Amino acid sequence: MHPAIRVVLLTLIGLFFLFPIVWVFLMSFQTNETILRIPPSLVFEPTLQNYTALISGRLETGAGVLELAFMQNLWNSFVLSFCSVALSLLLGVPAAYAFARFKFFGSEDIAFTLLSFRFAPALLVLLPLNLYFQDIGLNDTYIGLIWVYQLITLPLILWIVRGYFEDISPDIENAYRVDGHSWFSTFMKISIPLALPGIAAAALLSFIFAWNNFVFALILASADKQPVTVGALAFVTASGIQYGQIAAAVVLSILPTLALALYAQRYLVEGLSLGAVKG
Amino acid sequence: MATLTLDRVSKIYGHGGKDALKAVNDVNMAIDDGEIIGLLGSSGCGKTSTLRMIAGFEGVTEGDVKIGDRVVNRLSPAQRNVAMAFEGYALYPPLTIRDNIAFGFSRDRLKKAEVDARVKRIADLLEINDILERYPPTISGGQQQRASLARALVRNADLYLLDEPMGQLEPRLRAILRARIKEWIIERRLTTIIVTHDQTEALALCDRIAVMEAGVLLQLATPHELKDRPANLFVASFIGEPPMNVFKARVERDGGVARLIAGDEAGHDAFGIELPLSGAGHALGNRHEVHLGIRPHLVAIGGGGALRGQVVSNQWLGDQSHIGIDLGGATLIAVTDGALDVPAGSEAPLTLPLESIHLFDAESGVALMHGLEPAAPGVRAAA
Ligand SMILES: Nc1ncnc2c1ncn2[C@@H]1O[C@H](COP(=O)(O)OP(=O)(O)O)[C@@H](O)[C@H]1O
Ligand SMILES: [Mg+2]
Repeated sequence: MHPAIRVVLLTLIGLFFLFPIVWVFLMSFQTNETILRIPPSLVFEPTLQNYTALISGRLETGAGVLELAFMQNLWNSFVLSFCSVALSLLLGVPAAYAFARFKFFGSEDIAFTLLSFRFAPALLVLLPLNLYFQDIGLNDTYIGLIWVYQLITLPLILWIVRGYFEDISPDIENAYRVDGHSWFSTFMKISIPLALPGIAAAALLSFIFAWNNFVFALILASADKQPVTVGALAFVTASGIQYGQIAAAVVLSILPTLALALYAQRYLVEGLSLGAVKG
Repeated sequence: MATLTLDRVSKIYGHGGKDALKAVNDVNMAIDDGEIIGLLGSSGCGKTSTLRMIAGFEGVTEGDVKIGDRVVNRLSPAQRNVAMAFEGYALYPPLTIRDNIAFGFSRDRLKKAEVDARVKRIADLLEINDILERYPPTISGGQQQRASLARALVRNADLYLLDEPMGQLEPRLRAILRARIKEWIIERRLTTIIVTHDQTEALALCDRIAVMEAGVLLQLATPHELKDRPANLFVASFIGEPPMNVFKARVERDGGVARLIAGDEAGHDAFGIELPLSGAGHALGNRHEVHLGIRPHLVAIGGGGALRGQVVSNQWLGDQSHIGIDLGGATLIAVTDGALDVPAGSEAPLTLPLESIHLFDAESGVALMHGLEPAAPGVRAAA
């Protein structure tokens, strides 16, 4: 194909997929009035008022001043996603290794059961869970939420990482063990580094899933534990929907995952270039 | 360095039921300190499984593995002090070849200079000096194989398990390395098991050779014994190049003599030889059928041969001749050291010397007689 045609096509595809994000990005620098102008226009006077409102936590609307917990929400999102992924890695990576290496009685069934958590409609689980959590005091706590978030992150990490472990030749591990190293140090020094690209990919993916989760926190958490996804509801105010602030909130809440993805990309690419792990 | 004993060792894969597979079947071996053992057999006969049980990667289903006087069945690979070169090389991709080799004795906590010296010594030996700074995925299979062999040989272990360590090398390099490796092993009196497909390699390298088939150890003996006194028909035809001539033969007794009448492929009588029944002849028992074998280079052509055959082919291979002879319908291969002026189509007198004849049971394949001596009692039957 002619290079010029390729560039044009790639640009078109890029525009198509990036358009909503670009549009939101532009919106975040506009006031509600300019956003709702008809016909819409690309020409506007940029303002930072949406961002200052979010960061200072004070939203001035036609109906008065509104307290916003956006920064708290952002922090909650971060705590919940980060801790959930960390816990899932702690539990899921060794489990993935066990499922990859040892064929014990019922191993496939257990692995599948863990995956099936993702099939269940979340609301069906959450309503009864909410009652239990209220009884045992886990309602509206980070710990309770992180626990429930395992339904999202653990199966993902388990199944992705398991595949990576299965791709590593057991003899690479055996070679290390026969040199006089214990099973555990082989796991830490050989298996985990070789599966690291897979672990990074799984962690990234499950972080994004956790970050974007809405319904778990909506039901199980009150205002001070809510992540941005739920917190965004606050922008639907009595005096209308605050599109500008929503756009700014979207931009701010994309940033952490974007940064994480860019950072993890290094490992992902490294993993690809080390492709011949099977030796 | 230590002895190794396998005491009735079996390996069954799968948890019973119909997918169970007996990969190693009741194997006994006693290997001396400093001995080099070749493990020879066709693909899938259980060689790798045997090594993996010795190294501790696979559990032993039945029997005991002893290194020195320790039963190691329940010890982890780390506790067995065994070095292994893997069939699939199993190099660690993120490390250079140098570090892969040095990794093997990282636990010994040597000084860097000492580590470098040891790596250099083995790299010189195996001709991999020029790739020490490369990474495993970027070098050829033959180079990876030598790196993996280096990693095993450079260690201080009680036992060295080399699983087809030279299968990927071109013949010339293989011949050179074979001699060097042998010297290295003998110098250090390393107890070694070498798995190989290549019997030239096994014969050249090993003190004794174990021949396996379908999980069963058929014979563990010196190269000489394997050639002169094969325990059964399988070993007899497996060892030796070109393989032993084998014919099905009818036994007719006539006074003190047994006439062995060999048949051609269709079962028609082809030729006969006479065997005194006195002495070892009793090993024949009252059998009416046996397999008769003779090694190609022990067929004596010319002179006052008792048999006459028709030469069908004569190939000069540069150091020996392979001569195909039709003996009353049966085809016999003879090997002579010099070139022999018997063109295809000519008649050749030949002798099958009685002291070179092997007889095997027609059904089980167990050896009955070698030359004019009875085969050793108590050898295992071919499965
Ligand atoms: N992990 C395993 N699970 C099931 N069967 C196996 C396993 N490893 C080897 N086998 C089977 O055991 C038999 C012997 O294999 P192996 O010891 O690798 O043979 P060799 O090294 O002599 O070629 C083969 O039939 C093989 O398919
Ligand atoms: Mg093998």
